[in-house]
Amino acid sequence: MIREFICVLCPNGCEISVELDENNSILELEGATCQRGGEYVQQELFAPQRNIATSIKVIRGNMPLVSVRLTDAIPKERIFDVMDEIKKVKLEAPVNLGQVIIKDVLGLNRDVIATKQVLRK
Amino acid sequence: MVINKDVIIVGGGPAGLATAARLKELGIHDILILEREKLAGGILRQCIHDGFGLTRFKEALSGPEYAARFIDQVNKMGIDYLTDTTVLEIDSTKHVIAVTKNELLEYQAKAIIMTTGCRERTRGAISIPGTRPAGIYTAGVAQAYVNLKNIMIGKKVVILGSGDIGLIMARRMTLEGAQVLAVLEILPYASGLPRNIEQCLNDYDIPLLLSHTVTNIKGKERLKRITVNKVDENLKPIPGTEIEYDCDTLILSVGLIPENELSLLAGVELDSRTRGPIVDENYQTNIKGIFVAGNALHVHDLVDFVSIEAENLAEAALTYIQKGSIPECSVLVETDESVGYTVPQKISCEKDITLSMRVKKPLKNCALQIIQGDDVIKTKKMRKALPAEMIQIGLKKEELRSSENIKVVVRHD
Repeated sequence: MIREFICVLCPNGCEISVELDENNSILELEGATCQRGGEYVQQELFAPQRNIATSIKVIRGNMPLVSVRLTDAIPKERIFDVMDEIKKVKLEAPVNLGQVIIKDVLGLNRDVIATKQVLRK
Repeated sequence: MVINKDVIIVGGGPAGLATAARLKELGIHDILILEREKLAGGILRQCIHDGFGLTRFKEALSGPEYAARFIDQVNKMGIDYLTDTTVLEIDSTKHVIAVTKNELLEYQAKAIIMTTGCRERTRGAISIPGTRPAGIYTAGVAQAYVNLKNIMIGKKVVILGSGDIGLIMARRMTLEGAQVLAVLEILPYASGLPRNIEQCLNDYDIPLLLSHTVTNIKGKERLKRITVNKVDENLKPIPGTEIEYDCDTLILSVGLIPENELSLLAGVELDSRTRGPIVDENYQTNIKGIFVAGNALHVHDLVDFVSIEAENLAEAALTYIQKGSIPECSVLVETDESVGYTVPQKISCEKDITLSMRVKKPLKNCALQIIQGDDVIKTKKMRKALPAEMIQIGLKKEELRSSENIKVVVRHD
């Protein structure tokens, strides 16, 4: 079976075409311009991973929201579970860039970190 | 009182910050950045998704993190910038008038660098029929509401246009609990990057309808319903193909236009293709001493390239500030009908350059060729070339053999 993938790891967005056997093992891979393309397809086949970015409400800050992201990608099917966890959090300024907001969120071995600085008003 | 400055940079986004830092490194100390928003960072402040900096820093940063690296550098270097300061006027003598909440400021600069970014096309620009209810936003405005102001803009959303910000907002609205019913694109191909189609739409099962557009808007106070039609090859709606969507929000992601209203006041000449200034390889406009970089020059796909462009401008600006002029560039860069534009539009053939360009339509297995006189001086083979992606071709001084004009052409099977 031939399957087409678009690698999302970098802006090149390589169109990768793979030939798979009945166990989804890759027989042939074409179109990846770097080694990570193969790793991406492997991951997409068995356990797709994505990072997410969102924001958290901050009180007494010079802005009402702080943007956050995960330190690394998580299984795709856990995205909305993690969103729910993040939505429970409310912060008080100051918040620093890189500050860990939730350590090891849902035991996924990833932290939620702030991606901007919010100063106290 | 008129304040003298070596260089005034209009706009404290990624291009302005990168130019400032590079100029300082080169030994220019009398720099002032004027930024109309409360904080520096430009559009990156609201681009909270990750994927910035993969080229420059080899890591996936969010927009605010990418901006922070440059803001920190500018702060460490002690470069002056004023926020909440809007430039009202510039002229060809490099006289600058700006306004803050408290005062009117007047400057005389030796050089001006325009890094004013771009603005969005609106509903008016694409003339959608129907009523004028609340609930219709451009993608960037929607992004500012959701990511900066903590205001959720709607629950049932349709997005018109497949530009990258629209795709990013489709995912963002979904994560925030809204239902994104569809993304519509009038062209037969997407205008955003393939990876964004994949990770913003396909990941969340959001349908992308190519060759479709909005033909009617209904609702009195708030948007209630839109009508969508399939379009023919001339982009005209086909009667009988109507689809109705009940929605409270319509997000428009229908293109970006380089912001050059100030440059026009100074007599800067624009290119009708990029809608940014016509520049030479030094990023100088037709008005000597006025330079431009970033999205004000041409709309970029990646901020990493904005930073590089802005840094590349600094050396010529330094020469201009020190000597009062830089050498003329008289060799024109032309294109065939497949290439939308090139930047720069004029070169000297006396130094290494990078040509930035976009193709007009998606192409597969093609080659871009640079021709000078009768010679092909460079060929870049491409598996695919998309209008969504900016293409860059570097040319070495040794490859530019004569003073004849250059032409960029596409060859395909």
